[in-house]
Amino acid sequence: MFEQFMHHLPALQTVIPLMAAPLCMLLGSRKIAWGITVIASSSAFIISCLLLSQVIDGSVISYHLGGWAPPLGIEYRIDAFNAFVLLIVSGIGALIPFYAPASIKDEIPQSLHSYFYTAYLLCLTGLLGVTVTGDAFNVFVFLEVSSLSTYALVAMGAKKDPRALTAAFNYLVMGTIGATFFVLGLGLLYILTGTLNMVDLADKIVLLEDNRTLNVAFAFIFVGLGLKIAMFPMHLWLPNAYAYAPSAVTAFLAATATKVAVYILLRFLFTVFSSKYPFEVQTLEWVVLPLAIMAMFASSIVAIFQTNLKRLLAYSSIAQVGYILLGVTFLNKTGLMATIIHLFNHAVTKGGLFMAVGALVLRYGSANIEDLRGAGKQMPWTMAAFVGGGLSLIGVPLTAGFISKWYLISAAFEANYWLPAILIVASSLLAVIYVWRVVEAAYLQAPVNPDAQIKEAPPMMLASIWILVGASFYFGIDASFTTEAASIAADILLGNVENNAQAMPDAIGGAVSHIPEPLNSISHGQE
Amino acid sequence: MPLTHETAIALTLIVPFAGMVLIGLSDRHSLIRDIISVATSLLLFSLTFWLLREVEAGEVPELILFDVMPGLSMAFKIEPLGMLFGVVASGLWIVTALYAIGYMRGNKEAHQTRFYMCFALAISASMGIAFAANMFTLFIFYEVLTLSTYPLVAHKQTDGAKRGARTYLGILLGTSIAFQLLAIIWTWVATGTLDFVHGGILSGHLDDSFAPVLLGLYAFGIGKAALMPFHRWLPAAMVAPTPVSALLHAVAVVKAGVFTMLKIGVYIFGIDYLSLTGASDWLMWLAATSIIVASVVAMTKDNLKARLAYSTISQLSYITLAMALASSLGIMGGAMHIPMHAMGKITLFMCAGAIYVATQKTNISDMRGLGRTMPFTYAAFLIGSLSIIGLPPFGGAWSKWYILLGAADTGQLIMIGVLMVSSLLNVAYLLPVVAQGFFLPNPDDPGARSTKGSFRSRIKEAPLLVVLPPCLTAIGCFLLFFYAQDVYNLLIPVAFGPEAAALGPEATLQGVGSELQTAPVMLGGSN
Repeated sequence: MFEQFMHHLPALQTVIPLMAAPLCMLLGSRKIAWGITVIASSSAFIISCLLLSQVIDGSVISYHLGGWAPPLGIEYRIDAFNAFVLLIVSGIGALIPFYAPASIKDEIPQSLHSYFYTAYLLCLTGLLGVTVTGDAFNVFVFLEVSSLSTYALVAMGAKKDPRALTAAFNYLVMGTIGATFFVLGLGLLYILTGTLNMVDLADKIVLLEDNRTLNVAFAFIFVGLGLKIAMFPMHLWLPNAYAYAPSAVTAFLAATATKVAVYILLRFLFTVFSSKYPFEVQTLEWVVLPLAIMAMFASSIVAIFQTNLKRLLAYSSIAQVGYILLGVTFLNKTGLMATIIHLFNHAVTKGGLFMAVGALVLRYGSANIEDLRGAGKQMPWTMAAFVGGGLSLIGVPLTAGFISKWYLISAAFEANYWLPAILIVASSLLAVIYVWRVVEAAYLQAPVNPDAQIKEAPPMMLASIWILVGASFYFGIDASFTTEAASIAADILLGNVENNAQAMPDAIGGAVSHIPEPLNSISHGQE
Repeated sequence: MPLTHETAIALTLIVPFAGMVLIGLSDRHSLIRDIISVATSLLLFSLTFWLLREVEAGEVPELILFDVMPGLSMAFKIEPLGMLFGVVASGLWIVTALYAIGYMRGNKEAHQTRFYMCFALAISASMGIAFAANMFTLFIFYEVLTLSTYPLVAHKQTDGAKRGARTYLGILLGTSIAFQLLAIIWTWVATGTLDFVHGGILSGHLDDSFAPVLLGLYAFGIGKAALMPFHRWLPAAMVAPTPVSALLHAVAVVKAGVFTMLKIGVYIFGIDYLSLTGASDWLMWLAATSIIVASVVAMTKDNLKARLAYSTISQLSYITLAMALASSLGIMGGAMHIPMHAMGKITLFMCAGAIYVATQKTNISDMRGLGRTMPFTYAAFLIGSLSIIGLPPFGGAWSKWYILLGAADTGQLIMIGVLMVSSLLNVAYLLPVVAQGFFLPNPDDPGARSTKGSFRSRIKEAPLLVVLPPCLTAIGCFLLFFYAQDVYNLLIPVAFGPEAAALGPEATLQGVGSELQTAPVMLGGSN
């Protein structure tokens, strides 16, 4: 029984939240829906932990959905990289249900609560699915599952501010364009190679020499994913979507959605296409590098002038995406490690920050910095958490952000990119400015309404905020977990680890092959 | 249980930290809080004093806590220079703690608990800086020190205080992230280590033509050393209450800066490498300019604390200059200047605070005739001034003497001129304060010139806890003149190399020439 369970883990990762989602809606009651969400998201988290523990040694799990062997069947393929991303997504995903109830009670009409949990679980399913799958078309399907449910989630902010509807619509249009570009690119790849399995694609793409169709396919996929990532200057959907979505949704999206999009971009850049593909190398050097740097500066500067705290953090997120992409452009192991470490660190940090803002919104009814004056006195724990997260955003030592920055700058030096190294530190000074504006308002200015009885956030909210902020400190003090995982993941992406797992198909049910690093061809099927 | 080195080092960090927590808990009982504050400082000093005895006996206490990133550990290792800084910081904390109680109560300042908590945290950070075994650990505590002193500078929460604190944080955090972090990562990428090794780690790993650039990144990155043009934070921080100024300018912050500067010179570059490559020539000229310009600016300031601030900028550049000379005697002088200047400057600041508590006066032009009503304060001020100027029989004489010897040793005659001119400028901006106090009539109280009434009835000093500490440190200035030999002996391994320590003090001066230079050795022998 247990054996069986362990072998079907990759499928269960998506199946559990997928099954739980309609249950939430059918059972109707918001308490039950909450319970189901907690169970489903927590089990997804446990599963991702188990998966990561199996592949952290650099091995690969190849799971054949329905027993159909790849490249024809859909393959779920888990290595240290996507197991790590799964952990991020499901970890945040498991925390949000504990954070959400108090917040959505205030921001979403009660009749919609069970729909909220349904959409939330579907979104989680989509994000986990994108991450877990090894099939390019399957990526598209899950990407749409998560995107569609995200549009609904963003629109649920309409009770508090009707502009959530236009924000959601805007996001819908941009997101759909992105998805269309992505699927067009996939179509071209399919025409060229006749396959949609990522590993198989990789094998066949190598054989194609200088090929214009391939370049076009790459361009479509790159732009499509760029939209999903909110890569500067394709980020226009993001600030409004984050600002007007319900706080719990913003926290979840900020911590996971763009991260998963970055993950899939990296998969395409390094696994499907190779880091030696000349068109890709040029794109990274001449397109991504300048865009990433522009994102770091332009968005940070825009963030400084924001009056709404959620928008401020949203622009900061676009800047942070710049850091994440910058690491990739160095095309060395340290750079990729920086990217992967920052995926994790930024998810934890930004998740915590948005959660803290959500708590402030709950009590003050506004995310305007003007209205939050004196919050340091009235909500000391929430505000302290915000400061902690802010320090990590700046990259102060002993916070997770520092580790990311350390690796990023090291990578720049290793690649002899002097100017970017200087620009990284220069742009992080901008973060000091926008974080400190908030700190000064909260601690050094008199409250707008000193007599108002502002209570501290509810304990469950506070606990979830502090778990993330605590994590952003923990992973700044002992970064061995993140750096080791990132190191293995970077090796896998760069092809430093031989892991061409060729799983043998099994007659019925799923087949799993679990290949230790040195042995390439041993696999064990399971009924 | 016998005290081991590990526990002693750990305790030097934990004791002030625990003190901070206890102070926070005793918020409502100001007496208990103040007792805890003083008791912690006493306990800390006894610990550092014990460690000093161990270091003097030739031991090298070490403590390795944990790895933050692979190869980068949080580790502590006490070498003589750090030991000296540790003793200075913890010793002067006792007087500052006493003084702070008198000052804060005398002025009825608000938020006293927050004040003492940040104070204790700052000392804990200083201990971390002093005992750090590698540049990474040092950097972490450097940033903690910046952040923990920010609330102290912003203490009064007026617009002026906020602006000053913003400058303070902006420059210190900005330079440390923009330059110092870059320099550290560059060093790490180039050498693969950040440990402090006598003789430096860079030799052979860095292109000689880059050495001045890297040194520049360090020199400007250590904003706490207030090298021009990054000195603005120091006058800006004058808005803080006087005990903070004492802490900033004598005990923790600026000394941490110049201490780091010396560490870089001795343990990262190595003085041989510096003199071989000439990497520090430009820094020497910049420091010399800084010395003269800051002294001239000091003369134009009527606000006493601002004048002292510019005096500090000038005096800190002595130490930078001493390091940039890249000679053993210069290093000796620079290192000795840490305790000598600390003792003198803390006296001056505490006197300025005492004048403020007693009369609420901040401008020198208003302080005419005060010497007669505040004889103890003014006597202490005089002694502090003489020590800063560098006249015997006060401690400052020795450090200037050795810096001069260092300049002579390297043939930098212009630097000797600079130091001489600077001493004259010191006379010009410090002694008029005392002269006006004693010899000019008090405009508010012209009758005070007459000697009617007993001595006691004419005295209007600040409360005892405010006046006593500067008198103690004034005596300290005097004592340091006679105990300079001990400081010298302690520092021999730093300035002349570990092997020189075995030969004894006399050996260090062989080959330098002039019999005058053996003066401190002979003096040391006589006490």
